[in-house]
Amino acid sequence: MAEVLVLVEHADGEPKKVTAELLTLARSLGEASAVFLGAPGTYAKAKEFLAQYGASKVYVVESDDVVDYAVAPVAEVLAKLVTDVSPAAVLTAATAEAREAAARTAAKTESGLIWDAVALTPDLSATQGIFGGSTIVTSKVTKGTPIFVVRPNTTAPETAPSTPVEENVDITISDSARSAKILDRVVEAKSGRPDLTEAQIVVSGGRGLGAAEHFALVEKLADTLGAAVGASRAATDAGWYPHQQQVGQTGKTVSPQLYVAVGISGAIQHRAGMQTSKTIVAINKDPEAPIFEFADYGVVGDLFNVVPQLTEAIEKRKG
Amino acid sequence: MNIVVTVKQVPDTWAEKKLDPVTRTTDRKSVDNVINEMDEYGVEEALKIKEAHGGEVTVVTMGPEKAVETIRKALSMGADKAVHITDEQLVGSDALQTSAALAKVISTLSPDIVITAAEASDARGGVLGALLAERLGFPQLTQARKVTVDPGAGTVRIERQADNGYALVEASTPVVVGVVEKINQPRYPSFKGIMAAKKKPLTTLSVADAGLDASTVGLANAASTVVDAQPAPPRQSGTIVKDEGDGGTKAAEFLVAQKLI
Ligand SMILES: Cc1cc2nc3c(=O)[nH]c(=O)nc-3n(C[C@H](O)[C@H](O)[C@H](O)COP(=O)(O)OP(=O)(O)OC[C@H]3O[C@@H](n4cnc5c(N)ncnc54)[C@H](O)[C@@H]3O)c2cc1C
Ligand SMILES: Nc1ncnc2c1ncn2[C@@H]1O[C@H](COP(=O)(O)O)[C@@H](O)[C@H]1O
Repeated sequence: MAEVLVLVEHADGEPKKVTAELLTLARSLGEASAVFLGAPGTYAKAKEFLAQYGASKVYVVESDDVVDYAVAPVAEVLAKLVTDVSPAAVLTAATAEAREAAARTAAKTESGLIWDAVALTPDLSATQGIFGGSTIVTSKVTKGTPIFVVRPNTTAPETAPSTPVEENVDITISDSARSAKILDRVVEAKSGRPDLTEAQIVVSGGRGLGAAEHFALVEKLADTLGAAVGASRAATDAGWYPHQQQVGQTGKTVSPQLYVAVGISGAIQHRAGMQTSKTIVAINKDPEAPIFEFADYGVVGDLFNVVPQLTEAIEKRKG
Repeated sequence: MNIVVTVKQVPDTWAEKKLDPVTRTTDRKSVDNVINEMDEYGVEEALKIKEAHGGEVTVVTMGPEKAVETIRKALSMGADKAVHITDEQLVGSDALQTSAALAKVISTLSPDIVITAAEASDARGGVLGALLAERLGFPQLTQARKVTVDPGAGTVRIERQADNGYALVEASTPVVVGVVEKINQPRYPSFKGIMAAKKKPLTTLSVADAGLDASTVGLANAASTVVDAQPAPPRQSGTIVKDEGDGGTKAAEFLVAQKLI
């Protein structure tokens, strides 16, 4: 069986859930080979996870060069592996960085690129929702090695314990790939809540909250549900919530099991980032708000009454 | 500073977008088309850099004949001149081909800074900035929410938006900068700007003029293909209740019934 390369998403070595999803998907297409790129000493933290989710092989590059320069080094490693290994396909997560690395890899190897795939079949057809999810297309790569950028939360991760073969990739990152130097990384938001794109439940707040401090209502509801907190652009533009938490066309795309929209009208740009959520619940005082056109359950009412009551009811149930 | 900014004409955000049933490419004929909203932020940033450091702003687009409307919009905001790559042979080009064509033309303009927006709203690839950097061999400064140019040192520094904050990234010119919409507030064209735009230099290039190899462009030579397209099953219309003092409790009951809690 041919290898399918999976670019490991991780934070300082700790793999993200989407890595498990990609490995599961890769195993349905061939032999899953993880590609781990990180700072020296970080791989040890990923090792067990990659084995648990069935990687047959792990290509490891532990080097400051792959973390101190933006994007280009990742593409250089992936392109080398595509050439050396001739994999059946390459899978990356649909994060900004991996998406850009995937694109550059495609350009380097004259391969076709498909982004925002939500499913892949063994004949390497990809399913994508386009135009804000209104059209479902099936696409295929016709040149080179198919490179798929896959949406998080679209494959259920399954364990398949393995004993992967580890291989250190022999590569020197070129000078030209070391041209955009990362001088510093500044952490602005650390919540302890799940990652927005990986969360099973997302509770988002919009302009209807009226002020930054009212986001506490949304956070409280989120915490009782174990959810991530999102926001509409109106809320992030107003400075009520960090822009990293924006959901929508120019924010994050989320596909949780449950999405709760609080005081959000459901503008087309917001919808573009959340409408593939399994279940959508909306709380809005305007019965004409567009969000009610695609919500599974809607409460027309004042969020300042409805949200605390909902939070309390959930807390009570959880005991 | 010699600044090049890319813009794209896309179907209006509010229009019902469709694929052409035959070519399965975006139907650009039956809808209203506008400048990709995010590109206005790219143009704005180009103008700001020019205003701060001097230089010239050239708008580059690849697209059908009527994409010239989008060029006019950028020129009326204040860009100096434009290049329009347009040719029937280009129809259906994918992101890889588009980036190759744009890079070829942009390299003839010898830019210090190439600005592109993070994403076009039609196909939502979000990859062109990275691809231009790859093809031009320029450093990639994308996902920028802030750009600082130091003409003396010949460097550009950005705040690259990240999941939990940002990364400070620096490179020497020439560079490709990709901007997110948090970066600025695009200006509205003035009446004077709109009038002036009509007289600004516009170069129109065919595939041959641009020195592109016709056997590498267009739908037939794309590296990926759409084999099937179906309308998504409509979302079942949901239950909407009016809050009579029990809205929160009812919502919780719904979550229980759906086994979500
Ligand atoms: C280029 C571009 C990109 C964009 N990208 C995004 C994006 O990524 N994400 C995004 O979200 N938007 C995006 N937008 C903006 C989008 O068009 C909307 O402006 C935005 O989503 C509106 O946010 P909102 O729903 O919070 O605010 P509003 O539309 O103002 O809605 C607020 C809602 O709250 C309700 N409300 C008010 N008070 C209460 C109360 N007490 N109780 C209950 N309900 C109440 C109101 O009835 C209203 O429906 C983008 C726009 C552009 C031009
Ligand atoms: N045909 C094109 N002509 C000019 N610029 C383009 C074209 N396609 C994409 N772009 C630019 O690339 C950015 C990102 O687009 P995309 O990668 O297609 O989402 C857009 O905001 C545009 O500035």
